[in-house]
Amino acid sequence: MQALPKQTAEPSTHQARGLVRWLTSTNHKEIGTLYLCFSVAMFLVGGIMALLIRAELFEPGLQFLRPELFNQLTTLHGLIMVFGAVMPALVGFANWQLPMMLGASDMAFPRLNNFSFWLLPPAALLLVTSFLAPGGAAAAGWTLYAPLSVQMGPGMDMTIFAIHLLGISSILGAINIVVTILKCRAPGMRLMKMPMFAWTWLATGFLLIAVMPVLAADVTMLLTDRHFGTHFFNPAGGGDPVLWQHIFWFFGHPEVYILILPAFGMISAVIPTFSRKPLFGYHSMVMATMLIAIVSFLVWGHHMFTVGMGLGAQLFFMYATLLVAVPTGVKIFNWLGTMWEGSLSFETPMLFAVGFIFVFLVGGVTGVMCAMAAVDVQLQDSYYVVAHFHYTMVAGALFAIFAATYYWLPKWTGHMYDETLGKWHFWLSIVFFNMTFFVMFFLGIAGMPRRIPDYPLQFADFNMIASIGAAGFGLTQLLFLYIVLKCVRGGKPATAQVWDGAVGLEWTLPSPAPKHTFLTPPVIE
Amino acid sequence: MAGAQSKRRLVLGFAATAAAMFGFGYLLVPLYAVFCRVTGFNQVGGADAVASTVAPEMSRTVTMQFDSNVRDDLPWAFRPLQSSIAVHPGQLVQVAFEASNSSDRAIIGQAVASYAPQGASAYVRKVQCFCFSTQTLAPHEVRRMPVLFMIDPSLPKEVSTLTLSYTFFYVGASASPLGRGT
Repeated sequence: MQALPKQTAEPSTHQARGLVRWLTSTNHKEIGTLYLCFSVAMFLVGGIMALLIRAELFEPGLQFLRPELFNQLTTLHGLIMVFGAVMPALVGFANWQLPMMLGASDMAFPRLNNFSFWLLPPAALLLVTSFLAPGGAAAAGWTLYAPLSVQMGPGMDMTIFAIHLLGISSILGAINIVVTILKCRAPGMRLMKMPMFAWTWLATGFLLIAVMPVLAADVTMLLTDRHFGTHFFNPAGGGDPVLWQHIFWFFGHPEVYILILPAFGMISAVIPTFSRKPLFGYHSMVMATMLIAIVSFLVWGHHMFTVGMGLGAQLFFMYATLLVAVPTGVKIFNWLGTMWEGSLSFETPMLFAVGFIFVFLVGGVTGVMCAMAAVDVQLQDSYYVVAHFHYTMVAGALFAIFAATYYWLPKWTGHMYDETLGKWHFWLSIVFFNMTFFVMFFLGIAGMPRRIPDYPLQFADFNMIASIGAAGFGLTQLLFLYIVLKCVRGGKPATAQVWDGAVGLEWTLPSPAPKHTFLTPPVIE
Repeated sequence: MAGAQSKRRLVLGFAATAAAMFGFGYLLVPLYAVFCRVTGFNQVGGADAVASTVAPEMSRTVTMQFDSNVRDDLPWAFRPLQSSIAVHPGQLVQVAFEASNSSDRAIIGQAVASYAPQGASAYVRKVQCFCFSTQTLAPHEVRRMPVLFMIDPSLPKEVSTLTLSYTFFYVGASASPLGRGT
């Protein structure tokens, strides 16, 4: 009951302490913090897995890992990074920022918000402890392709339940965010006045509500295939393994836009601030976001060009996929247009944002290559694909998250972060990132398959370069952790506006933002 | 309050959407099949199976010859039980091969087929063959193995003799199925 908060609706000053405070919190800022801390923890867990994988691939031959464990690590690395690190980080930002950006006092359903967060730790626990199950963790790749996933040990069941929990959490979180955006805006905050971050999350929220249940259905079929005698994916009983791929990617392709759209929104907030100009082409940006969201439902087949798909289907999915490049290109040009003749300055958030445009462009253009059905036959399941999606997910989503962290951290903590260290973080990240993943394009074109712990000698040099880059990239993220902790503990006090080019409701609040904000809706002219 | 009520309506709508999409996931199972059948969208050529409607071409006879080889490192004897037969194109035929393990250990072997003239493989439709999987022979075991095949009626008229040749390769000793020989 908070539709028209008045001054009399002042929240009680009662404050639980310690663990109970975090367990019972319904405050959007505290829950946002929880999401972000969870995400960092999972980022480290998934990162350690990545480093183990790269350590094994440092040289040809089998050094450290049994092949079975290697497969478990690639699988869990993917699942944890997608569902444990990137998605919770984006939801954490939505929690922190959306009410402040839209002039709302909190999320639409604060208790639901608490519930959707606390579903995550048990899911993470299931995923991590599945390594201890007989037969180890799921090892069918993060895509859990049948029939392999039908045959695996109890680690697969733990993964299935973890995905159920993560899915419920995402759906509830998405419903909360969409209702907040649609119903809790301050008077005068019309839809077409909303910051791009709100628009991108609106699209993301709809995508989540539409596709997470499809994944839930898919893994439920897998579960009943494994234990209850159904034969959705088992040809011996009249099923079809390719059906798994169709349903999975019906979820999976919108999912990758779920991971990248809020990142677009973050970049659309950072670039205008440090260009000291309003966002170029706001309307086209909104249209592009919606178009990307809609087209994402029509392109799942491009993940499956080699399953024996007919020519007509291949052509359809190829052209539909190429179509995605158009709205994405609109976005890139709008960001460049925003920077054009702007008064640019390159603080760390802007460095990450500009770095994002560069590396995401590499990821996007190589995506166009993968979209060509004829070319994809060669690139399918090779390191080219690995490089492509790490360019979009790491250099795309993760760099945007870094940019947004540096951008909003002073608002959250009331302190400026260490600018020198921030710049170091950026330069080390972008150098080591490219060192790790750029060589994978060459490896992929040369034919090195993904998800294999060993490789022929001719791939040795590039793999060594990639492994050194990965170690550097991993260590650099410890620097990020240090910068954030240092900023939380102290530093130069931040002003309310923080950045002299920053525009938006959140910058009218003092820094650090008080626990309760906009109990009285702001006046928007 | 009106605000709270409209929020509740919205959230119920989204919850219903999520539930419906869960059902849609299951609906996709028949939907893909129906969609492809109705639109003919995904016709990937003909299946490699033998159509039951194919009638044997009684007027035409092709000589089918059989040949067998064993690679040096495999201590097996391997021979066709018939050196050649006369076949009508379109007629389902069964022939047999015999392999015997002359050693004192269990050995896994894999047969690989080749054809003469070159390109004939497109016309010899094997329905069942011992070459589809590895064969494990116990010490001194003798095994008869069938091949069920049909010659495709689209075989060019000028071809009157085909040769189907198998070579058995050493895969490993059967104690360690993952072991790699040679």
